[in-house]
Amino acid sequence: MSKEIIKIEDLKREFTMGTETVHALRGISFSIKEGEFVTIMGSSGSGKSTMLNILGCLDQPTSGVYEIDGVSVKDLSRNQLATIRNEKIGFIFQSYNLLARTSALENVELPLLYNSKVSTEERRERAIKALKMVGLEERMGHTPSQLSGGQQQRVAIARSLVNNPVMILADEATGNLDTRTSYEIMSLFQELNKKGITITFVTHEPDIATFSNRTIVLKDGEIMQDYKNHNVQSATDELAKLPKQDD
Amino acid sequence: MRLLNLFKIATKAIILNKTRTLLTMLGIIIGVASVIAMLAIGEGSKESIRESISSMGSNMITIRPGADTRGPARGSGGDVQTLTLQNYEVIKEKATTLSYITPVVNGGGQVISGSNNWPSTIYGVNPDYLKIKVVDLQSGSMFTDAEVKSASKVALIGQTVVDNVFPDGQEPVGQMIRFNNIPFKVIGVLEEKGENTFGQDQDDVVIAPYTTVQKRILAIDYLNQVMASAISEDDAPEAVTQVTEILRTEHKLMDSEEDDFSVRSMEELISTFSSTSEMLTILLVAVASISLLIGGIGIMNIMYVSVKERTKEIGLRMAVGAKGADILMQFLIEAILISITGGVLGVILGLGATVFIEQFLNWPTSVALYSIIISFAVCAVTGIFFGWYPARKASALDPITALRYE
Repeated sequence: MSKEIIKIEDLKREFTMGTETVHALRGISFSIKEGEFVTIMGSSGSGKSTMLNILGCLDQPTSGVYEIDGVSVKDLSRNQLATIRNEKIGFIFQSYNLLARTSALENVELPLLYNSKVSTEERRERAIKALKMVGLEERMGHTPSQLSGGQQQRVAIARSLVNNPVMILADEATGNLDTRTSYEIMSLFQELNKKGITITFVTHEPDIATFSNRTIVLKDGEIMQDYKNHNVQSATDELAKLPKQDD
Repeated sequence: MRLLNLFKIATKAIILNKTRTLLTMLGIIIGVASVIAMLAIGEGSKESIRESISSMGSNMITIRPGADTRGPARGSGGDVQTLTLQNYEVIKEKATTLSYITPVVNGGGQVISGSNNWPSTIYGVNPDYLKIKVVDLQSGSMFTDAEVKSASKVALIGQTVVDNVFPDGQEPVGQMIRFNNIPFKVIGVLEEKGENTFGQDQDDVVIAPYTTVQKRILAIDYLNQVMASAISEDDAPEAVTQVTEILRTEHKLMDSEEDDFSVRSMEELISTFSSTSEMLTILLVAVASISLLIGGIGIMNIMYVSVKERTKEIGLRMAVGAKGADILMQFLIEAILISITGGVLGVILGLGATVFIEQFLNWPTSVALYSIIISFAVCAVTGIFFGWYPARKASALDPITALRYE
C-alpha cells in the first residue's frame, strides 16, 4: 500500500458575496496516493478552481480536513502556507507564467531562490537536471519569447519539478496548446508519472482524462464521479496516430 | 543567503528596465547633485571669506577708541582721543593672553621720490606689527626697538607704493622717499598681499616707527588704535575679555557706563561675514532638498506602477513559495537600489558641477565630506520611505487574485 499524499475529508469552502453565501465546495472527501495521475474534471462553476486553490495551498477550506504529506493545512499561517507551496507542491499554469526576459534556467531556479536550504551551486545543478528531464537542456539560455508554447510549458514543468515536490498540480496545462503539442506535453506527464511522480491535473477537456489513471468529476461543489481508468491511453501512441505535419 | 537572492532578483528587475530606472533616478540624481553643488558654493564662499580674513592675521585683536561702532548713529571711532600710549603700555604689561602688541597711528599723505609721487597711508607701529599682520619682508629689514625709541626716519613700503614711486625698477631699499615732506630712508619692502575681502589694497602702505609718525607727521599724542595678537586663535575670545577689563579699569569706567573703546577679534568679523553666506547656503540647500523630495516621490510613483505591472509575477512568486516578507524586501531593495545608485550618480554629477563652477565661473567652492555623507543618507532614507508603501502593498497581495490578474 503506497503512501497517502493528499487526504481530504468533508471539505467545505464558502464565500460571502455581500449578503449571500456561495457554497463552492459542499463537503468533499477523497485521497490521492503516491504515484497516482489524477485528473479533476468539471465544467465552470463546478468548484474546480476552488478545489485547485485549496489543493495548491493558495486558499484554505472553511471546514473539513486537508492534509498534504501528513501536514494539516487548516490552521497554517500565510508564511507557513508559502513554505508548504515551496517544498511540497509544483505548480503548472495554463498560461505558463514564466518570467519574461529571463532565461529558462533562471525561471526553473525560481522556487529554489525562496528556499534558503539550497545553495547556489545546488540550485543550478537541480535546475539543469530538471531541464534535462523535460528535454530542454539545449535551450537553457533562451528567454520565453525565444521559445514555442510547448517549450515554454516544458520550462514550467521543469520549474515544478525542481523542488522535488510530493505532487505536481497542473491547471489546464494544455489549454493554450494545439492538439499535437498537448499530446507531447501529456506524454511528458505520463513519462514523469512512470518515474513515480504524483500528478494532479485540473482540466475541463475529457480527452486529457483518458491519459490519467483516475478521474474525479466535480459538479456544483460535489463529487459526481470518482473512477479508476483501467484503459489508460498512451499519449505517445496518440501522437503517432495524428496526421503528419509538413514543417 | 536569502537576502542575497532577493538582492539578485531586485538587481535583475532594475537591469531589465534600464530606461525607466534611469529616468526615475534622474530626480534623485538632480536633487543630490544640486545639494552637493549648492553646499560646495556655500562652503566655498564661507571659506574664502575666512581665508582672506585670517590672512590678515587670524589671532589679531584690534582695540579702537570710542564706543562700538556697530550700532547706528555713533561717532567715528578715529576722532576720539581716549586711547593713549599709557593704555597701550598697561595692556602690554598686564594682558597674559597676548603674544604681540603694537600701537598704531595712521594718516594719509603723499609719497614722493624724485619726480614720482603717490597718495598713500602711513602706519606708525612698532616691530611687532609684522608678526601681528603676518607679513613677511620681500627685501631689507624691519626697524628695531632702538629706532622706535629714537623716532628714526626709516620706513618700509608696500609693493603698490614701490610700483608707483619707483616705476623704473630701481631697488627701493636704501633710497630716500618723502612723506608729507618728511624724508624717510626706505629700509625694506613688504611682501605682496593683494586686496583683502573688502577690496582694500593691502600693499598701498608705508610703515614707520609710531614715534616718528606721531611726532613728525601727525603731531598727536593719542593712538588711533592698538593691534595685538592672541597667543592662539582659541585664546582670542579670552584676550578680548581681558583687554576689555584692563581698559575699563584704566579708563575708570563705572559698571553702568558703556565701554568708550571697542575690542574686536578677527573671529567676530569672520562670524559676521559667515552668517550672511550661511543664510544663503541654507536657502540654496532648502531649494535643493525640495528637488530631492520630488525625486523620492518619483521613485514611489514608479514603484507603484511597477507593483501593478508585475502583479502576475508577484502571484507566481508567491505560488512557488515566496513569503510576504520576501516580496516586501524585493521591492524595498529595488527602491533603495534606485535611490542609492541615483545618489552615487548625483554625487558624481554634483562634484562635476562643482569643478565646472570653479573652473568656468571662478566662484570659490569647497566640497565638504559631510555634504556627501548627508545626501547619501538622505537617499537611502528616501528609498526606504518612498519604497515602503508600494512594497507593502505588493506583499499584501492575495496570491490567487495576483495570479489571475491580467
